[in-house]
Amino acid sequence: MTEISVIAVLDDPVRRRLYDYVSARGDGVSRSEAAQAAGIGRTLAAFHLDRLAEAGLVEVAFARPPGRSGPGAGRPAKLYRRAAAEHHVSVPPRDYRTAAELLAEVVDLTGAEPELQRSARGRGAASGRAARRQAPGQPDDDLVTSALTAQGYQPYRDGDEVRLRNCPFHVLAGNHPPLICGMNLALLEGLLEGAAVPGFSARLDPRPGECCVVLASKNNEH
Amino acid sequence: MSRYHLAQLNIGTARAAADSPEMAGFMAGIVPVNALADAAPGFVWRLQAGDGPGATALRPCGPDIMVNMSVWENLESLRDFVYRSGPHLDYMRRRRAWFHPMAVPYLVLWWVRAGRIPGLDEALSRLDLLRRAGPGPQAFTFRDPYPPPVPAKTAGAHL
Repeated sequence: MTEISVIAVLDDPVRRRLYDYVSARGDGVSRSEAAQAAGIGRTLAAFHLDRLAEAGLVEVAFARPPGRSGPGAGRPAKLYRRAAAEHHVSVPPRDYRTAAELLAEVVDLTGAEPELQRSARGRGAASGRAARRQAPGQPDDDLVTSALTAQGYQPYRDGDEVRLRNCPFHVLAGNHPPLICGMNLALLEGLLEGAAVPGFSARLDPRPGECCVVLASKNNEH
Repeated sequence: MSRYHLAQLNIGTARAAADSPEMAGFMAGIVPVNALADAAPGFVWRLQAGDGPGATALRPCGPDIMVNMSVWENLESLRDFVYRSGPHLDYMRRRRAWFHPMAVPYLVLWWVRAGRIPGLDEALSRLDLLRRAGPGPQAFTFRDPYPPPVPAKTAGAHL
C-alpha cells in the first residue's frame, strides 16, 4: 500500500476513534474493549480493526486472558496493538527529518546543548501559556493532560505520576538520546511553567517503548 | 551463552580540574551512577584505578581527558544502561556543563572473548582505529554496530 492509502484508511471517524484508542493503550486491546470505548458493536469494531490491521496500522496477537489456560479455557483472544512503523505523507514533498538530523548532529558536535535546552524551555513555556489562555479555569490535571495529548504524547496516569506512551521525536531520539531527551525534558518543563501548574514537575525516567519523561503530581504532598 | 562480551571506552575533555566547583556535579554523580552500573543487567566489569572514584583519576590521554571503560554481556544491556536508565540518561543530559564537545569520536565499542578483560591500551587503540577508519567489526558505535565474530564452521559439519 502507498503511504497515502495507508493514511486514508483512517479517514473514517469511527475507525479513527478505534485507532486512537488502541494507539493510546500500551497493552493489547480486545475487540470488545475497543468496541466499548468507541461506542459501537463488536462486529462493526471487528470490521474496522481488521481494515486497520490490513493497512499495517495495528498489529494482531493472540493471547489467553489472564487466569485461563488448558483445555476448555476457550479460544485465545485476538488482541490489537498499535504498529511501530511510522507513516508520512507530505504534499508538497517536505523533508524536515533530514534537516532535524543534520541540526541534531551539529548541536552535538558544537556542544550547543545548553542553548537548545534554553530554546526548548522557551517554546514549551509559550505553548503552556497558550494552553492556559484557552482554558483559564480548567483544573491543573486536566489542563496538563489535554496539552500533552494535543502534542501527541499520549499521557496516562500511573499512580501519582503521568507517563507518556508516545515519544513525538522517536527516531531522532534513538539517534541522539541525551540531546533529544534533554530537549524534550526542557520542552515539558517549559510547558508546566507556562501553564502555571506548580503542583507538577518533570524528570527523566525512561520505560521500554515509552517517552523518557515522567511528570509527577505533587497534589498529595503536604 | 555468548562467546563474546561487549567492551566500551569513552573519553571526555573536562572543562576544569576534577576538584573544582565546576566539576562538582559530575564528581558527585560518579559513585551512585557506578553503583547502578554494577547492579544493571548484563554488567560484567568496569575500570577502577587511580586515586579517585571509578577511573576519574586516570589521565592516559593527557591532563584534561578523563576515561571510562567497561565490559557488558551484550550491546543491548549497555545501551539500556547508558540511554534507557533514568539516572544515567539524566547524567548525560547535563554533560555539557562538565565536558567540552568533541569533533572526533569519543566512544568506541568492540567485542572481546567472554571472560577476558581488555586493557586500557587496547581500548585506546580501538578508539584510534574508529577515528582513522570509521566503524567496522573491530571498533564500532551504537549508531553503526557490528555483530560479534562467528566461529568458523568445521569442514563436513552437518547443517
